[in-house]
Amino acid sequence: MEGILFLKLVWLIPLIPLASFWIIVLFANPNKKLSHSIAIGGIALAWILSWGALYEGIKHHVGSGEEAFHLSWNWLPTGLSWFKMGVMVDPLTLAMLFMVPFVCLLIFIYSIGYMHGDPRYSRFFAYISLFACGMLGMVLADNLLMLMIFWEVMGLCSYLLIGFWFEKPSAMRAGLKAFITTRIGDVMMLLGIIYLYSRTGSLTYTEIFKPEVLEKLAHSTVTLPLVGELPVATVIAMLLFGGAVGKSAQFPLHVWLPDAMEGPTPVSALIHAATMVAAGVYLVARSFPLFSVVEHGPQLGLVAFIGAFTAFFASTIAIAQNDIKRVLAYSTISQLGYMIAALGVGAYVAAVFHLITHAFFKALLFLGSGSVIIGTHHEMDMMRMGGLRRRMPITFWTFLMGTLALAGIPPWAGFWSKDEILGHAFHHASELGFLSWPGFVWILGTLAAFLTAFYMGRQVFLTFAGEPRSHHAEEAHETPWVMTIPLIILAFFSTFLGFIGVPHEFPIIGPLLNNPFHHLVGEGFPATPLNFGVMGLSVLMGLSGLALSWVVYGREPLKAGQPDPLSISLGPIYTVLKNKYYIDEFYQATVIRFALWLSETFFKFDDHWVIDPIVDGVGKLGRKLSEVGGLFDLRVVDGIVNGLGKFTSALGGVLRLTQTGKAQNYLLVAVLTVLMLLGLYMVR
Amino acid sequence: MGVQIAFFLFSLIAIIGALLVVTTRRLFHSALALVLSFVGVAGLYILLEAEFLAALQILIYVGAIALLILFAIMLTRHLMDPRARAFNEQWWIAALVAGFLFVVLISMILRVQWPVREASVPSDLIENLGSSFVGEFLVPFEVASVLLMAALIGAIIIARER
Amino acid sequence: MIPLSWYLLVAAALFCIGLYGVLARRNAIGILMGIELMLNAVNLNLVAFWRYINPSDLSGLVFAIFVIAVAAAEAAVGLAIIISIYRNRDTVNVEEVDLMRG
Repeated sequence: MEGILFLKLVWLIPLIPLASFWIIVLFANPNKKLSHSIAIGGIALAWILSWGALYEGIKHHVGSGEEAFHLSWNWLPTGLSWFKMGVMVDPLTLAMLFMVPFVCLLIFIYSIGYMHGDPRYSRFFAYISLFACGMLGMVLADNLLMLMIFWEVMGLCSYLLIGFWFEKPSAMRAGLKAFITTRIGDVMMLLGIIYLYSRTGSLTYTEIFKPEVLEKLAHSTVTLPLVGELPVATVIAMLLFGGAVGKSAQFPLHVWLPDAMEGPTPVSALIHAATMVAAGVYLVARSFPLFSVVEHGPQLGLVAFIGAFTAFFASTIAIAQNDIKRVLAYSTISQLGYMIAALGVGAYVAAVFHLITHAFFKALLFLGSGSVIIGTHHEMDMMRMGGLRRRMPITFWTFLMGTLALAGIPPWAGFWSKDEILGHAFHHASELGFLSWPGFVWILGTLAAFLTAFYMGRQVFLTFAGEPRSHHAEEAHETPWVMTIPLIILAFFSTFLGFIGVPHEFPIIGPLLNNPFHHLVGEGFPATPLNFGVMGLSVLMGLSGLALSWVVYGREPLKAGQPDPLSISLGPIYTVLKNKYYIDEFYQATVIRFALWLSETFFKFDDHWVIDPIVDGVGKLGRKLSEVGGLFDLRVVDGIVNGLGKFTSALGGVLRLTQTGKAQNYLLVAVLTVLMLLGLYMVR
Repeated sequence: MGVQIAFFLFSLIAIIGALLVVTTRRLFHSALALVLSFVGVAGLYILLEAEFLAALQILIYVGAIALLILFAIMLTRHLMDPRARAFNEQWWIAALVAGFLFVVLISMILRVQWPVREASVPSDLIENLGSSFVGEFLVPFEVASVLLMAALIGAIIIARER
Repeated sequence: MIPLSWYLLVAAALFCIGLYGVLARRNAIGILMGIELMLNAVNLNLVAFWRYINPSDLSGLVFAIFVIAVAAAEAAVGLAIIISIYRNRDTVNVEEVDLMRG
């Protein structure tokens, strides 16, 4: 291929932010300006390379599988062959390369303003650079091992960044919670990877997704306790999905994401909205061939169920949250559920599309909330905000754009992507009946859309409308340009990005734009047929949700001290929702208590009952033995040695008696000897 | 026949003299017994037809050595008094050893077939003896003279009054 | 003719007696006398063998003469030593001369 300068350099893309990390850590830490410049310079360079690669990838029609752009190097000798590591660029990669470095760059710039004055300013930029390396590396990886390595790097950065203000115990706990919870998922993912490797001898995508390999995995089975006989591909898929459940905060491993809001807001925007949590979706999308090869297996159903359930479940919690970031956290969980559910019903293109658009508008919403937090001098409780519309106009308008996108109001981006998911689900549901997974997805997804619009409207009204309900809100001011410019840029994308995925049949603009996204990413997937009914219903859900929120919160904006009307109308249900269905408490009482008990038991085993006593016993035994040995040495050995000496001495003493000094004695002895010899001679 | 009587006589003198030498307490008597023994041996030499040697025996042994011993006894006299013990502590072992040696020697002497030859002493024995001293045995002769001189000088130096 | 072995027996007897004297006497001069007896015995042996084996070979006789010469020298020096010891240590008892005692 000619003219593939940027593609040839894709492997450089993750390494540049990595270099930024090292340079900041080793050299630039004291100099704040230099640190953020290095970080931003690094990510900007990565962004340029990525968009360059994107351009070339589109121009040269890189495909998937065998037609992807693939570079690999021998990395680890494994018997007769090599385990290779490398980079692969296919349409999915291109989509990620479009979004990731760009959003990272905007958030990095925003961080200059948000983290201003923080004592560990430079370290922050080092960490987010390392994170960028992790995300970009994962996206460019050409094999599951490399994916996992960068996945773990991101996990580490997440832990470090959530607990960035580690003086706060809640932040430290949140960091640990995030790490440990995602670990559970990671273990399953690792098992899946190992199992896959053992069955196919490779982890490289081009190798394992070959049709013949997939067929073999689909037809060979394994017998597991409890569940019986399952195709190997299904087992692997479900194990990998475990990792996605953890990383993308799906039920039941969703508990870490709301707590992760303890971290600085740029972190929440970057890691816990746009990129890292999307990694789970990416993983499933990447291994989609594994999921789809077995026709009627439970794996896709599991995926669809968890995704749809989470989408609805999280949105119910969001309506009762007062912390400005928690609402968005549950919103993220819910939207990720949409993407997962989309994959579960085979809407690959829709899922990826929603991933991309969600990244933009969720990042926008988080950064906007960060702007509000800074503007109100670290106020987080929405019940104490209000009236910020006039005080922080840029923040307000951009936040509104994000809200409209998330609520799924056309022409904002979220509408197009969310609708594609629901349209696809509906289409399959209409074929299979509504008691199928697609039906489940469509029903819950539509309900969740309503709730999404409601809680977002609630958030906007509580935060920006009415009169300030606290001193902080009254004194609020707009944040500096370095923070508001990224907001504006993201708002632009949130508004217009959706157009790249307009379905072909959509009147006027459909054929005009010709759905470039589907052409790029969705080769081999049939386009979802356009259903105006579904579309209309989605829009209706969105509008009615917003309208309801206006009724409750907007018409008569709340006054200071006034309780949430929802708490009155829903009563005990509200309490349950506010307490997140008491799931954290449930986990604490069961899993965590058990884990702690286990750890205590092992500790006692180690320290009191068995190991230490054995070790101490051995020590005491050793000492006893050495005492005995010493005694032995003293008595026996020394005895022998001294005895030898005494014997020699005694012998000497005895022999000395022959030395009489008298010549006659000597002569007698000589004569005796001669006599003896003579005698012997005679006898012989 | 006469030879045998002579032999027994001389043997007896020699042996009895020797016995007296080693058993008498009084040293002076011991020296005299030594002279007796020497004479007996001289007699035996004559029987062996070595007259010259018998003469030498008397001359030197009796005339010089025994005399020397007597002088030495007289010079160291006042210490030896008959009340003191003449024999040391190991005398009985010595007796046993000597006796045993004697037994061994007897058995050996009697067992061996001595290659005796019937031959006679050359008539010009003395002449031959003399010429051999300056001929065949010249070197030992000279060495013997050096030895005697050394002994002479040595004895003087050792026994000299400081 | 007197058998050779008779002479040898006499010599042996003299030798053993002399040996006894050397080993058992306390007085140094007594020991010296024992030595002279032993030398005499040796001489007797030599002459007996000379006479009975090959009288024409004078070396036997010559040997005996040299023995006498050496005996004389040795007696002289020995007595000189005894006198010297007597002068220094006031004793002729060999049992008292045990400086080399271990």
